Amino acid sequence: MSFVEYSEVIQDSDVAIIYLGHNSVMPVKVQHGAQTQTRYGVIRHSSDLIGQRYGSKVTCSKGGWVYVLHPTPELWTVSLPHRTQILYTTDIATITMMLDLKPGSVVCESGTGSGSLSHAILRTIAPTGHLHTVEFHQQRAEKAAEEFREHRVSHLVTVRNQDVCKDGFGVMGVADAIFLDIPSPWEAVGHAKAALKKHGGRLCSFSPCIEQVQKTAEALTDHGFEEINTLEVLLRVHDVRTVSLPLPDFGPDCSAHPEPDAMEAPPPAPSQTSINIKTTTPPRELPGHTGYLTFATKPRT
Amino acid sequence: MADNGDDEDHYRIKEGDYVVLKRGDIYKSVQILPKKKVIFEKQWIFLDNVVGCLYGNTFEIRSGGGLQLQNTKTTESPPDSKVAGTDNRNIIDDGKSQKLTKDDIEKLKDQGLKGQEIIQQLIENSATFSNKTEYAQDKYIKKKKKKYENTVTVLRPTCRILAMMYHGREPGKICHLRYDTLAQMLTLANIHANSKVLVFETCAGLVLGSIMERMGGHGTVVQMFPGGGPVRAGVESFGFPAHFYETLHEFPICHLNALEAGILDTFAKAPDAGEKESNMTAEEEDVLPGADPQGDSPEEQRMETVSADDKVQDQKKQEEEKRREAKAQEKKVKQEEKQRKLAAAAARLDGRNADGLVIASRFHPCPVLLRLLRFLSPSRPFVVYSQYLEPLIECYTKLKEQGGAVSLKLTDTWLRHYQVLPNRTHPRLLMSGGGGYLLSGTTVAPEPPAGSTPSEEPAPKRQKLKATEG
Repeated sequence: MSFVEYSEVIQDSDVAIIYLGHNSVMPVKVQHGAQTQTRYGVIRHSSDLIGQRYGSKVTCSKGGWVYVLHPTPELWTVSLPHRTQILYTTDIATITMMLDLKPGSVVCESGTGSGSLSHAILRTIAPTGHLHTVEFHQQRAEKAAEEFREHRVSHLVTVRNQDVCKDGFGVMGVADAIFLDIPSPWEAVGHAKAALKKHGGRLCSFSPCIEQVQKTAEALTDHGFEEINTLEVLLRVHDVRTVSLPLPDFGPDCSAHPEPDAMEAPPPAPSQTSINIKTTTPPRELPGHTGYLTFATKPRT
Repeated sequence: MADNGDDEDHYRIKEGDYVVLKRGDIYKSVQILPKKKVIFEKQWIFLDNVVGCLYGNTFEIRSGGGLQLQNTKTTESPPDSKVAGTDNRNIIDDGKSQKLTKDDIEKLKDQGLKGQEIIQQLIENSATFSNKTEYAQDKYIKKKKKKYENTVTVLRPTCRILAMMYHGREPGKICHLRYDTLAQMLTLANIHANSKVLVFETCAGLVLGSIMERMGGHGTVVQMFPGGGPVRAGVESFGFPAHFYETLHEFPICHLNALEAGILDTFAKAPDAGEKESNMTAEEEDVLPGADPQGDSPEEQRMETVSADDKVQDQKKQEEEKRREAKAQEKKVKQEEKQRKLAAAAARLDGRNADGLVIASRFHPCPVLLRLLRFLSPSRPFVVYSQYLEPLIECYTKLKEQGGAVSLKLTDTWLRHYQVLPNRTHPRLLMSGGGGYLLSGTTVAPEPPAGSTPSEEPAPKRQKLKATEG
């Protein structure tokens, strides 16, 4: 198992994702002799996990069942322990495409945060790319590095504990793409430019507030970036439901001559009182804003 | 610095390259071929001069269609006078503010004036320009730039650029797949190097090409296709190196039943109607004078030497037979190659261990999805795109009945662009109406036959999670 390559069978020291039901997943460090509590009972790693195929159904001690899934960055994003607010798959997917990421890309990122985007980047740039990620909070930097090791991707990433606005990314002229998710991205634009390849590259800045976006766009223009473009992307979920719609009753049919013993006669076979339709409904509330994504291109310098 | 001189070569435009021409938000994919005329934004241009230049360079279109490298970056030169008004209360829009007529402007163009210079002329001849507010002047200049700037930038193709191009130019060809929806598909399906992906698409090859880009030439892609042959025009536009195509296989869905019945061999060997027809036309070609690629010498000679030796006649006949044999041999080799490829693709499918499935077509997605899911290993993602919602509702319902998949989600994305300028920041006025819908999920191990599992299915699961140990 690794986050950048699939495997078939669960092994000791793998990280697996337990699927408990719709919108309910949790990560598990597989270990001989270990146990995991779930609301359906206990999962015993040695008998229930190790040696089983990813995708198998596992029956827990109380009789309920779960599925064990191979980790992917998308499953990690919805199950990882949050140390900060994270980026979700909708934004991550847009960022990945708009930064032209692919195997071999060299990417600089700050801040690392909880590593949600980092894992997605690593998956996309493997096996020949590299991620330089900068996090100014020491514990978060260490936790991220630890997770990269456990997820068997540390050969693809370098974590630096420093302030990107003061000290940059720690590399110069090597990056194809830069990603900024920090409070004051305009202070890092100069460092971003230096980290990008001479031939040019792409940049993305993620900011929740429009004032941040304005300042960043100005800084990008001042530093010679082109094709500056701000957008936001929101996910709309459609919940599939079978809905029963009652039909109105306008009274008995009065068009024909009334039979003398119509009162006595049994009522006509009941017509449908409702119709079932299969449709979708939106959830009651959905995320209306995550952040603005500002993209730009650094031309050849 | 990590760059050195060798890298430069990689960034230079070569003949035969597939590039994307850009002006503003307009993109067009073309191949650099010598002396080839290309139409871009109602202008004919020749691309010969870009060979040897760097990707990202901008060129001016000279009269006649040739391209010249733009030497100085024409920056936003502010109008000479900083005279501007405060609001538009006194500006009357009578259509007479501009003194230059359409003909005048054409004359300026013919004189060879650059876009920037024409705009300057327009400003000087505008009666109302100096009364406009600074922002209105800005807007005016931007508008004129869009109309009169005569430049084109040459870009290296990427998934992002091609997806935006197709969506802007020919959305019908890609089932109206918007580029952000494509972005979601690539991520939700966990497309990455060294995996095996099955694709069924009728999006001119855009989806296939995007997947191949994200695999970087590592791994395997099997394209399932309807009808006679896979459509791959879009894939060419990506300009992939040759070795990428070694990872690409194709399999016709009309042979799926045969594959699963284990009789693909016999099925594939039967010559189809298409083959028979091409056999006939080939023979006809041999007989028609002038149609023969090797020249019409045998026919001409036949006419000239009516009274020639029988020996010469025999020789001609022998040569013709040799050519026919050579053609038949060619055909045989092609047929064998075709079967070899089919067998190779079938082998990739037989293991039923693909790592991902992507469907994006004009076909009803339900039968396609239900048929192709069985080729995936358990615990692997799949994504289905549809321009419309209802077919995906059906897929969702059938999948829930049949089982074998979890985490089913039916979604679409809402995309909004912003104009960001000091004191003028707001969402853009027009928005894309829709970008299509996605159904995504993850496969799980199929249910063992009924009666063998002792455990009972629990009641529908709740949201709350108990504290757990890692």
